[in-house]
Amino acid sequence: MNYPDNKLNRRSFLKVSALAGGGMILSFNWLAGCKPNSSEILDMPKEWFRLNGYIKIGENGLITIMSPNPEGGQNVKTSMPMIVAEELDAVWKNVRVEQAPLDTENFTRQFIGGSQAIRIGWNALRTAGATARQLLINAAADQWKVPASEISTDSGFLIHIQSGKRAHFGEMASLAATLPIPGNVELKKVDQFKIIGTSQKNVDIQKIITGKPLFGIDYKKEGTLIAMIIHPPSFGMKLKSFDASEASKMPGIRGVFEIKSLRDDYVRTFFDTVTFTDLIAVVGTSTWEVLNAKKAIQAEYEPISAYVEKRDRFGSEESRIVPAGQENTESQAEKMRVASLKPQELRRDGNPEEAFKKASKVIEKTYTGPFLAHNCMEPMNFFAHVQGDKVECAGPLQKPELTEQALSVRLGIPVENIHIEMTRLGGGYGRRSYAHWLIEAAVISQKLNAPIKLIYTREDDMTSGIYRSRYQATYRAALDENNQLIGIHINAGGLPENPIYPDRFPAGAVENYLAEGWEVPSNITTGSFRAPRSNFMAAAEQSFLDEVAEVAGKDPIEFRLELLEKAKKNPVGKNNDYDPARYAEVIKLAREKSDWATNKEGIAKGFSAYFCHNSYAAQVLELKMENGQPLIEKVVSAVDCGIVVNPDAAKNLCEGAVVDGIGTALFGELTFEEGKPSKSNFDQYRMIRMKEAPKIIETYFVDNQIDPTGLGEPAYPPVFAALANSLYQGTGQRFYEQPFFKQLEI
Amino acid sequence: MAQYNLNINGKNLQVDVDANTPMLWVLRDHLDMVGTKFGCGIAQCGACTIHLDGNAVRSCQLPISAVEDSKITTIEGLSEKGDHPVQQAWMEHDVPQCGYCQAGQIMTAAALLQQNPSPSDEEIENAMNGNICRCGTYLRIKAAVKTASQKL
Repeated sequence: MNYPDNKLNRRSFLKVSALAGGGMILSFNWLAGCKPNSSEILDMPKEWFRLNGYIKIGENGLITIMSPNPEGGQNVKTSMPMIVAEELDAVWKNVRVEQAPLDTENFTRQFIGGSQAIRIGWNALRTAGATARQLLINAAADQWKVPASEISTDSGFLIHIQSGKRAHFGEMASLAATLPIPGNVELKKVDQFKIIGTSQKNVDIQKIITGKPLFGIDYKKEGTLIAMIIHPPSFGMKLKSFDASEASKMPGIRGVFEIKSLRDDYVRTFFDTVTFTDLIAVVGTSTWEVLNAKKAIQAEYEPISAYVEKRDRFGSEESRIVPAGQENTESQAEKMRVASLKPQELRRDGNPEEAFKKASKVIEKTYTGPFLAHNCMEPMNFFAHVQGDKVECAGPLQKPELTEQALSVRLGIPVENIHIEMTRLGGGYGRRSYAHWLIEAAVISQKLNAPIKLIYTREDDMTSGIYRSRYQATYRAALDENNQLIGIHINAGGLPENPIYPDRFPAGAVENYLAEGWEVPSNITTGSFRAPRSNFMAAAEQSFLDEVAEVAGKDPIEFRLELLEKAKKNPVGKNNDYDPARYAEVIKLAREKSDWATNKEGIAKGFSAYFCHNSYAAQVLELKMENGQPLIEKVVSAVDCGIVVNPDAAKNLCEGAVVDGIGTALFGELTFEEGKPSKSNFDQYRMIRMKEAPKIIETYFVDNQIDPTGLGEPAYPPVFAALANSLYQGTGQRFYEQPFFKQLEI
Repeated sequence: MAQYNLNINGKNLQVDVDANTPMLWVLRDHLDMVGTKFGCGIAQCGACTIHLDGNAVRSCQLPISAVEDSKITTIEGLSEKGDHPVQQAWMEHDVPQCGYCQAGQIMTAAALLQQNPSPSDEEIENAMNGNICRCGTYLRIKAAVKTASQKL
């Protein structure tokens, strides 16, 4: 039997009470509206009984499960409650899902980030369900005067076989809500799962397809004003002065004023990244009026001086110098070249210098990746209403707990007086971890003493910072006379962030290994971007291994499997961060499902694989070249993320990762001229569209019953190199510099 | 400011706004119909797609003064119960991830099928190419359009 550590949940379940009324808007199970036998679905109950932070049960047996984490398309709002429902032994069609607000007492890690929601939530979610199930059993035992051990559950019912007694969960819910929380509860075995592993529709789909208000930008309260900001046009500049005399008089305008989001002496936490803290706020009664007033404001800007930014990096304070100056894409490249000559050593195995000296062949290639904008389809926005020492906020964000702390410091209002409602995110991909717009919204609301909704225009969104860093990696390989890989040297860095993971494959598989990194300071702010750093390192590493395999005269898949076999049998060095056996398994699955060995007329194939965020992914991409254009016919993904909670939704996520990765590899790029982003909207920033997407995407999961790991990110990084490697097969050219469209001239 | 009489989703509605106000903001700010989404403001992403006399148009570039007597349909009025064949197909294929662009995708797809009930793959791609999905659900969108076309 499986008894998880229940410590976390003891704390979470302290607040047990029988609460009447649902209060918030519920997400109805979509089946209720459209299945022919919808009469079987329960109506709304008269009363709800809360069994713990996650679960409320109505007297009629209807169940509400709180989804703790923000939802931005990863489908956690469906999959996390599925895990709770599984252990509760509920019937999914009688489960309704409600988005929890930020509530640090009842929930932990209400984050989007690192593909960790399911992995870290797994035990807590299961225990929440199992504990509530045990409470219901204990209640039935009390009422029926039979031992709890004789009571079983099945699909929302409590059953005592000996006496023939039977009751649905709702009948015991009011009593269960008053009983003490049981300690160690039993969890199901994997082969007992009835909900986990079945495909369930997105709980919000009916609202999405009928245009119901779901997103932050849709949020409205009586009297809400619309606010927008104006930020400096260039990095390295700051607001000097502005003339709002004309704008202030325009129809509907309630205020034009300067705001400061974070104070200069504030010690920033990890996600308090923001470039422009001094902004012009424009507030009015409607968006169109505010947009017009924005255009009428004349502002002057001046260059910044270099400054020291203090940061609290998860407990330890660090400071960094933010340089002055307005950067250009070309001058950045030169700075990166210079920095790469003086790297910091990050890992060394064997004697790499010696290996390269005695090598028969040395292969050296340099890969680059540009700044990228996240371009969430829902532009940045947030609702805030500051009333005295109380703050109400609502909107899309990835790290509400950390943002709440920053907001508390900024407003001087304790966190217990701040309520953050999490709306559905119209995309996140890392961008909404850096919620400076929430603070801006609250500061504007405080100033006007009114509820406001701050909306960024697309241009504000694309030009205000928090990009993927600009990266560069030089890979060197040493082959001996038998074409055995005897040395690897990686020199990688970025502006401003170093992308390298020194303990990642092929570390551990090569006798002589050297990983070095470097960073170039910049005043252009960057942050997490779907599979941070991995999204670039995978592209470089997996393109390079393809080329090394070719020089060594080996099949690219065989070549990787040989390396992984070495890492499994005789791992080199310490702290290798991957499991070679699982890595090899996922590669073999991709090989089998893609029919790798069979050549097809006119089809170029490329392979790539990567491990990140605790999961493994391998991909085969097939394309054909037509008039110099790549037409992507098919992508086969094999993924090992352990147990798959909701298979069809998991496939959707992997398909999206493939499309997103191909689009970013082909077109994604932001450059700078005198500190000014060269693109500000989708007429300039090219995004992948339906025509460029693969014709077919297939996704296969390794079935290994291992506890689940992340899925939002792992299928994304390998596709960059799968594309580069198949483009090589199709064109005879290697692709070293992203975005690839420049070399293809498409 | 001027008074405008609009026919939206079969209802006659009045608003008092500036003549240049795009329909996107009339819907979202003045009529509280927020299903039509703001994505780019320059008719490049398709998130704000509505029907003007049955044709898919970008509401962010459609000033209210240009609407006149045309009939407007938004995502809220595509069907009474959310069961338009395109909406049903979207459910069947569980298309959305974040979901933000999907109202615009659905409106573009519904207009396409209205005019061409059995589009080829290429015709679907041509019609849908103006709608960006940052999550990358294009294959499911295409599959859902085909499913809807079979049910029409």
